[in-house]
Amino acid sequence: MADLKKCSAHITSQVCLETDIYSMWLKFNEDENIALNAVPGQFISLYSKAGNRLLPRPISICEINASECMLRIVYRVVGSGTNEFSKLLPGDTINIMGPLGNGFTLNKGKAVLVGGGIGIPPMLELAKRLSEDCGVSVVLGYRDNRLFLKEEFEPYADVYVSTEDGSVGTKGNVIDAIKENKLDADTIYACGPIPMLRGVKDYAKENEIKAQISLEEKMACGIGACLGCVCKSKDKDLHSNVNNKRVCKDGPVFDAEDVRLGD
Amino acid sequence: MNLSVDFAGVRMKNPVTTASGTFGSGAEYKDFVDLNRLGAVTTKGVASVPWEGNPTPRICETYGGMLNAIGLQNPGIDLFVERDIPFLKQYDTNIIVNVCGRTQEEYIEVVERLAEQNVDMLEINISCPNVEAGGIAFGQKPKLVEEITGNIKKHAKQPVIMKLSPNVTDIAEMAKAAEAGGADAISLINTLTGMKIDINRRTFALANKTGGMSGPAVKPVAVRMVYQAAHAVNIPVLGMGGIMTAEDALEFIMAGASMVAVGTANFNNPNATMDVIEGIADFMKGNGVEDINELVGCVS
Repeated sequence: MADLKKCSAHITSQVCLETDIYSMWLKFNEDENIALNAVPGQFISLYSKAGNRLLPRPISICEINASECMLRIVYRVVGSGTNEFSKLLPGDTINIMGPLGNGFTLNKGKAVLVGGGIGIPPMLELAKRLSEDCGVSVVLGYRDNRLFLKEEFEPYADVYVSTEDGSVGTKGNVIDAIKENKLDADTIYACGPIPMLRGVKDYAKENEIKAQISLEEKMACGIGACLGCVCKSKDKDLHSNVNNKRVCKDGPVFDAEDVRLGD
Repeated sequence: MNLSVDFAGVRMKNPVTTASGTFGSGAEYKDFVDLNRLGAVTTKGVASVPWEGNPTPRICETYGGMLNAIGLQNPGIDLFVERDIPFLKQYDTNIIVNVCGRTQEEYIEVVERLAEQNVDMLEINISCPNVEAGGIAFGQKPKLVEEITGNIKKHAKQPVIMKLSPNVTDIAEMAKAAEAGGADAISLINTLTGMKIDINRRTFALANKTGGMSGPAVKPVAVRMVYQAAHAVNIPVLGMGGIMTAEDALEFIMAGASMVAVGTANFNNPNATMDVIEGIADFMKGNGVEDINELVGCVS
């Protein structure tokens, strides 16, 4: 027992990248180096210091630096918990648990990575790893010209952008950008809002491309016990014995064809 | 120093168990806590057939607590018997199986299946606020509480704990009804029905609109109800509702609970059950209490 537990992390940097978007590097003690086992697509649970905020906030891992015992998260301030995190300064500590869930499976062949909004961050570590032996294209979907992380992808991938208002890159969504740039893929890896993931799933199916998608859902325990964060599965799930899978434990990354996104 | 308690004839090594629904059947927590150290594991509610539960979002946080509307998703008694009971039998702890159903017949079907199983107690959920049929529908009328308790007792081989709802006018009346029906013990409180509105989206935070509120914000209500129920009946009480620490657990014990359950705290601290057990022992040591039973109902 006890190969997983809450641990304390030191914040080494906290930077505001764009309106409400923050980047934070966390450093662990060597004997609690959770970065060692982390893979892209996994998440960590972050705990508030306030007694009135009980539930951990699940946030995806953006970058992994195992040799320095460090993880980076890039997150959006959406409520009181993430607002509290955004006020932490280098030298402060935070309780976290992880890495949790299952990450992306790295396939051979051409990779197209798709990130929408706050689904962009987990794609960065994935792009890094895939670029070691694959051709990687990244499609980043934003609402408007307030881009973040885009330059950081450029050493590892060809980067394409879509914006809803057309202010940068392709006007429209990430699928419009894939089509406009005639991007060819053996595997699509995606994280973002459900309508985007549904678009990715449909596009991948039409074009007979494998797709892995990372889902988000409101969680309580983060470890598969409470059944708060389920998604609908195509087939009966072995654990739940119904057509539900746990996003925290069975995901958050799923083969697109295994889950139903309201389709 | 003695931490063990006799709970309706079942010896527990300490008075701490898990609140149903927060701990699965223990498998997800085995990496965090030594299940052997728990007085008992109380499992997530199980029905006669698998249930899909409610749509998501099923969870939202509230000030000092949370709402859930899982809707009793469960794998059904067949898989539970095949997988979850053997898993728990590997550990030196008692097994309390929480049972749910939409009709009295469904509860009885599960109770009958469990009669042949090597589990220690049954906890009957007549208080879930998140399902349309069954659950709380059985727990808000004293006559029905007495009737369903009596029917379950006819089929049960293990001692029966009736889990009561706080969403009632008079908890003492419900406790007495369970006792009159032949319950061996009662547990309370289940969650308080609540609601949260997402003002930005102008919608309910939960797909189910309402959910069950738990967490430290409900603790004073729970302590009061445990006190009232314990004074109304002569059967033992399993107390719960917002226990985060040993101090919280001791409040319930002093109010009259012989056992306590840790629930929502597991989400904030997966090691919460262990911390509570250790904290109770520390309190006893610090206050020269030789036997935990001296504290049960000591405030009256």
